[in-house]
Amino acid sequence: MTTATNIQPDYNMKVVRQFTLTTILWGIVGMSVGVLIAAQLIWPALNFDTPWLTYSRLRPLHTNAVIFAFGTSALMATSFYVVQRTCQTKLFGGPLASIVFWGWQLIILSAVITLPLGYTTSKEYAELEWPIDLLITAVWVVYAIVFFGTLTIRKTSHIYVANWFFGAFILTVAVLHIVNSLAIPLSMSSMKSYSIYSGAVDAMVQWWYGHNAVGFLLTAGFLGMMYYFVPKQANRPVYSYRLSIIHFWALIAVYIWAGPHHLHYTALPDWAQSLGMVMSIILFVPSWGGMINGIMTLSGAWHKLRTDPILRFLVVSLSFYGMSTFEGPMMAIKTVNALSHYTDWTVGHVHSGALGWVAMVTIGSLYHLVPRLFGQKGMYSVALINLHFWLATIGTVLYIVAMWISGVMQGLMWRAVNADGTLTYTFVESLEKSYPFYTIRLVGGIIFLSGMFVMAYNTYKTIAAKEGSIKPQELG
Amino acid sequence: MSIFWTIWITTISLIVIIGCAVLLKLASKNSTNVKEGDPMPHTFDGIQELNNPLPKWWVGLFWFSIFTALIYSVAFPAYTANWNGFLNWSSSEQSVKSQAESDEVAKTSNSQYQREMNAAEEKYGAVFKKLAYTESGDYKDIEVIAKDTEAVKVGQRLFLQNCAQCHGSDARGGNGFPNLSDNDWLYGGEALTIKETIMKGRHGVMPAWKDILGEQGVKEVSTYVLQLSGRRVNSIEAQAGKDRFVMCAACHGPEGKGMHEFGAPNLTDKVWLYGGSRKAVEDTVRNGRNGVMPAWGDILGEDKVQLLAAFVYSLSQEK
Repeated sequence: MTTATNIQPDYNMKVVRQFTLTTILWGIVGMSVGVLIAAQLIWPALNFDTPWLTYSRLRPLHTNAVIFAFGTSALMATSFYVVQRTCQTKLFGGPLASIVFWGWQLIILSAVITLPLGYTTSKEYAELEWPIDLLITAVWVVYAIVFFGTLTIRKTSHIYVANWFFGAFILTVAVLHIVNSLAIPLSMSSMKSYSIYSGAVDAMVQWWYGHNAVGFLLTAGFLGMMYYFVPKQANRPVYSYRLSIIHFWALIAVYIWAGPHHLHYTALPDWAQSLGMVMSIILFVPSWGGMINGIMTLSGAWHKLRTDPILRFLVVSLSFYGMSTFEGPMMAIKTVNALSHYTDWTVGHVHSGALGWVAMVTIGSLYHLVPRLFGQKGMYSVALINLHFWLATIGTVLYIVAMWISGVMQGLMWRAVNADGTLTYTFVESLEKSYPFYTIRLVGGIIFLSGMFVMAYNTYKTIAAKEGSIKPQELG
Repeated sequence: MSIFWTIWITTISLIVIIGCAVLLKLASKNSTNVKEGDPMPHTFDGIQELNNPLPKWWVGLFWFSIFTALIYSVAFPAYTANWNGFLNWSSSEQSVKSQAESDEVAKTSNSQYQREMNAAEEKYGAVFKKLAYTESGDYKDIEVIAKDTEAVKVGQRLFLQNCAQCHGSDARGGNGFPNLSDNDWLYGGEALTIKETIMKGRHGVMPAWKDILGEQGVKEVSTYVLQLSGRRVNSIEAQAGKDRFVMCAACHGPEGKGMHEFGAPNLTDKVWLYGGSRKAVEDTVRNGRNGVMPAWGDILGEDKVQLLAAFVYSLSQEK
């Protein structure tokens, strides 16, 4: 593979290219499953009475595919790219990077097979059974060796802030995965295992894991991505070095405590609930530190938003990030949680983070990355990036607004009481009222997914074109 | 919670919160050698970082959240299970281990759960009492309540919330769940029997007969049972089944009309709890059935069950 002029030849860009393309592929797969299960909530017959097409098995497949196949492939692609370029050195460990790629694909493939077959630990976002958990651990350790190894052989004096975030993400996810997945297999020849935790402890460990999968994978990791691609695409210096220091340390120190807010008003001891709540409230401020640093990086370059859809992706993703990191701490307050918990509001909140922040910052970064990886000066079509931008934005907004309305409505219906003290609505009545919003959500999801197909086409045309033949388009 | 864990949690969480405050204090001052607003002396792949000060409103927000957190965590239980904060707040009596213990602490508890339950009792209790009790303080007869449309409406709401999951919104039941509107009763349709069924629950067991009767025997008995409800069947097989029915008669009675004492269904009518096809009947005889009606006395309390019973009773009175 020859390399483009702006990539120095000693970088390992092969693994970055591989992860970049699988990011798009798994994005399409994971979001398609999401669209299917959203449709099943309206038309249950869409499971065709087939066990492996039932909602219960496809929902974990959807979450695993978008978080660990789409999201984590994106993080692996960008972290390998960013760590090389900001350390001015080739990836450490030679063939180890290749092991990370093929190992991770093997894990994704085993998830795609075992989850529909019904193998599950029943731990949310950690459904994969013990043999796959062991494989994840092994591949993750290799990933850490490659990443931190590259940091240690860096040619620069300091470590760039993007790498702090990637590093925190890699280390913490390793700890979270190992502790949460501790289980005893039924036998060495059985896929089934039992968690070593039980009762409220099990719930606490599960949400310590679950919330920090959000915190360190979907937040810290993607902030790492943001800290490289936003200043690069805007061609502006990062707004504040000092802000990046304090918001990094505060974010990682506080985030790890926030898990108990998933267990308000349960058997979890009151003291743990309170502690989880106050930490979640503090967390709002360092979370916004990242948004401020990203958005203010554009000062002096605001006019570029008019013409550059890639930058638009990045800035809108930061806006959704700011919105959901405000919403999250608010929902962690017990009195708000009493209304929002167990409703679609939670689903809306997750997707404002997942579609608005994670997917959009990834898409923006990939549009920056693809031409540089495949020896072009720009994407095949800027108009298609622009189209994708609007599809993604409209899809996300439809999705989250529908879930906000249905979520708040459900919460209010469930707590409505008649003059005699009986509940006003049965559960099934609240479900009936949710159908219109399920339909809007499905439409939003389809629109978002169609944007991913536009991206796949644009990427294909960029790669298939003769190397160097695509010139940088005149923007606007 | 042991003193060790209290110290452990308090120390680490305060290190995090106070650590944020210290870091905030440090980062608010420019301790680099670079003038504010100028780039730091390092670049990464062409990216520079400016030494801009922290936004003032953001710093203010950070201090506010730190103080809010510290105040909240001494007002409410945090760090330890041994102290409920100076507001003496608890969500519920989390250490209770039995219904009896729960009933006992409910009298004195100041938990949020108990306060909300007491407030509800104060607000709604009177309405309920009027519907379920006579002026002298005894329960009204269920038959009387069943004629009070207001009370039946309340009973119906309770039914929709708690019973409709199995018996259906229209109370017509489903496979394995009795129809409550047809005046055909497993345990008896007298008002007090209905109340007892709801209060204490029922466990209807039909034993599995495949080992005793064998496959041929299962077929014959099923044929006879189908004949009992007026189906046209092979009369020789039915006769053979009738000879074996002696064992069944212990619960279903010699004529197959059922017995309320055991919750044994009447086999001579056209009402089927687990389905009336030959296959369903054979399955029932071969493998037995295990029907469970949960006990609602502890969950709903007797007052509500009184109204619920009146609603169920009223269903079969209209016909």
